[in-house]
Amino acid sequence: MGATSFDLSLLSLSSPGWGGVLLMGLLKSLQVAIGGYLLGLFIGIGGAAGKLWGGPILRDLLEVYTTVVRGVPELVLILILYYAGTDAVNQLMQLLGLPAVDISGLTAGIFVIGVVQGAYSTEVLRGAILAVPPGQLEAARAYGMSPLLSLRRITFPAMLPYAIPGLSNLWLIATKDTALLAVVGFAELTLVTRQAAGTTKAFLTFFLAAGALYLMVTLVSNLIIGIIEKRARRGFARPEGAA
Amino acid sequence: MSKVTGIPTYQAPKARSLFEPHRIFLMVLFAAILLSMAWFMRWDWIPKYQTRLLWGIWETVVMLFSTAIAGFILAVPLGLVQVTGPKPLAWLARGFCTLIRGTPLLLQLWLLYYGLGSLFAQYPEIRQSFLWPYLRQAWPYGFAALTISFAAYEGEVMRGAFAGVPKGELEAAKAYGMGRFTMFRRIWLPRAIQRTLPTLTGETVIQLKSTPLVATVTVVDVYAVISKVRQDTFLTYEPLLLLAAIYLILTGILVFSFRQLEKRIPNRGV
Repeated sequence: MGATSFDLSLLSLSSPGWGGVLLMGLLKSLQVAIGGYLLGLFIGIGGAAGKLWGGPILRDLLEVYTTVVRGVPELVLILILYYAGTDAVNQLMQLLGLPAVDISGLTAGIFVIGVVQGAYSTEVLRGAILAVPPGQLEAARAYGMSPLLSLRRITFPAMLPYAIPGLSNLWLIATKDTALLAVVGFAELTLVTRQAAGTTKAFLTFFLAAGALYLMVTLVSNLIIGIIEKRARRGFARPEGAA
Repeated sequence: MSKVTGIPTYQAPKARSLFEPHRIFLMVLFAAILLSMAWFMRWDWIPKYQTRLLWGIWETVVMLFSTAIAGFILAVPLGLVQVTGPKPLAWLARGFCTLIRGTPLLLQLWLLYYGLGSLFAQYPEIRQSFLWPYLRQAWPYGFAALTISFAAYEGEVMRGAFAGVPKGELEAAKAYGMGRFTMFRRIWLPRAIQRTLPTLTGETVIQLKSTPLVATVTVVDVYAVISKVRQDTFLTYEPLLLLAAIYLILTGILVFSFRQLEKRIPNRGV
């Protein structure tokens, strides 16, 4: 058995090969990453607003949320939220007199990644909003802009350049955190890779192939992030020495 | 004219004491939740698993510090060659950092454990070598994966730190007649490490949060002990909640001790 050689036909897309399965896994990973990231962003916007302008109780509760999520391993959070989330939904259904639903791994995965990402997004956005020079907001107020209008016209666009590095970092973390869902049996890229490797015993081939796929996602993301960052920083003074 | 209410200007919250009315209320509520959890949930398994849990915590802490220290030692050359090294070495180091930072740690761990592990098993030379008793176990793979990961992330930080040491200090060292190595040992390295200290807390906390992954390759850390409890007792939440509490406490201790440490290190001119 040529165990050390790489049998690339194992990676072919059609049936005896596992390439198609890996790509489906990648697709699932990306779905969860995108969904979780957006949910996290949503939570983050609310969380940042609550931390900055909310009442004292809300602020303290949000502080507890961000501290706990950032102090407990993602793997443990994912397990807790996975069970607690599905349990809570079914309890709710029972209360409403509806039959128990089978929550798809995708939904649960998005929920879990979203809650974890939300804590980090909250901190990133809070920091970015604080970085907006207060003079700009005072100017908006002097113009008679309502709080909502100044939020839309001044705070939001002005905080973006400060938020984008942190948010893009979070996106990269989200794509990698999806791998943890393998532990709860969600068939994303890492888990299907392990299944394929276990079936064919070609461990190195499959893990390297999956690594290449993840790396591709990261590199393409970096490319896009670079473009977005450049756009968001229009009109900013370049750091000294830069061309 | 209607009054213009301006929420967006942010006022820094006043220094808050722990004993404001709403905080006391929240604390009482929290205590009530904790008490009802202690009362209504099942915790009778704890005494039985007590020693194993303590061993698990010890294993986690050992894993954390050994990999963080080994990773940091690797990170120094990784950062250094990216700043000064010959081009091919610099590319190699950058490529390594990108590769590790661009793929999930769980995948790297499984690649090492299942991939390399199965590869090693095929070579009689390795099977007969003195290393084999170690390579058959799981922890070397966990240790390697965590070390590599820490080295890659911290190497990126070290690169910035080395590049950020003011040129004048290095020129002064050269003017004193220090050789390249003395300069590195006395000025460049200590100044760079000093600059990385603030990020070290965060990196170490992240490393702590990565350690439970080694349980997926059968290393018995505190996460693995809790998994065993869950299998034995069929309890879903109680063991996981205890686990979360253990990690929170460990994180708290880490952050607190790093803060104490940072206070004792002079940080003039960083």
